[in-house]
Amino acid sequence: MEFTSILFYVFSLFFVGSSLVMITSRNTAKAALWLILTFFSAASLWLLLEAEFLAITLILIYVGAVMVLFMFVIKMLDTEASTLRAQFTRYLPLGIFVSLVVIVQMALVLNAGPFDLETVGLPDQHGPSYSNITAIAQQLYTVYVYPFELAAILLLIAIIAAITLVHRTQLNSKKQNITEQINVQAKDRMRFASINKKSTKGSK
Amino acid sequence: MIALSDYLILSSIVFCIGLAGIFINRTNIIMILMCVELILAAVNTNFIAFSFYGSDLAGQIFVFFILTVAAAEVAIGLAILTLMYRNRGSIDIDVTNTLKG
Repeated sequence: MEFTSILFYVFSLFFVGSSLVMITSRNTAKAALWLILTFFSAASLWLLLEAEFLAITLILIYVGAVMVLFMFVIKMLDTEASTLRAQFTRYLPLGIFVSLVVIVQMALVLNAGPFDLETVGLPDQHGPSYSNITAIAQQLYTVYVYPFELAAILLLIAIIAAITLVHRTQLNSKKQNITEQINVQAKDRMRFASINKKSTKGSK
Repeated sequence: MIALSDYLILSSIVFCIGLAGIFINRTNIIMILMCVELILAAVNTNFIAFSFYGSDLAGQIFVFFILTVAAAEVAIGLAILTLMYRNRGSIDIDVTNTLKG
C-alpha cells in the first residue's frame, strides 16, 4: 500500500468519524468544534487531490471565519434550552431511514463500475514546477472573470443584508428629516435680539 | 492507488451523514446550518475529485464559487437567527409557526 493511500484512509476516517460525532453531539458548541475537525480533514483530502488553493481557502474561510461566527452565535444565544434536547431521538428513525435510502441509491450507481481505476484511470502527474494557484488564477481571471466579479457583488450584498438585519440602535449619522424641514417656521431659525444703543456706542 | 470511486463513496457517506443530521437535529437551527455546511463539504470533495481525475480545473473553480455562496448564506442565516432569538426569545424551530396556515 502506498503512502498516499494510507493518508487517504486516515483522513477519510477522521472525515467520517468527526462528522458522525458532530451530528450526534447534543452540545451545539462541541458540535461546532467537531465540524472544525471535519473541515480540517476535508482540507487534507483536497491536498491529496492537488487542490492546494482550495484546501487553504477552506481552512482560512471556514475554520477562520465561518466557524468563529458560529461559535459567537452559539455563545451569545441560549442554545442549551431543554426543548432542544427533548426531541433528539424522536426523528432518529426517520433520519436513519432517509440516509439509508440515499446510501443504497448512491451505492447502486457507484458499484456499477463507471468510476473504477480501470475505467477512469489516474490523471497525468504534474511536475514539481506545477502551481495550482497559478493555474486557478489563469482560469479565474480570464474565462471566469465575470462570475468572479458577480461573486464579489454577492458578498457585498451579504454584508449589507447581515448588517441591516441585526442592526438595532440608530447610528449617529446626519440625515434629513423631511417633515421637520417642511414644517419649519421663520421664528425657529431667526432670533431677533434687541441691541442696546448705549452699549454699542461704548464699544466704539 | 486510490480510485475516483473511493472519493465518490467517501463523499456520499459524508453527504448522508449530513442529511441524517438534519433529520436528527430537526429542532435546532444552528445544527441544521452546520449540517448544511457538512453536506456542502461532501459535495465540494466530489467536485474536486472529478476535477483531479478528469484533469479539468472547472471543478475547482466551481468549488470556489460554492464556498463564496456558502459563506454568504451562513452570514445571512446567522443574522436571521439572531433576529429570531431577539424577537421570540428562543431558536426552537417549533416556535416559528407564525406563517402556518
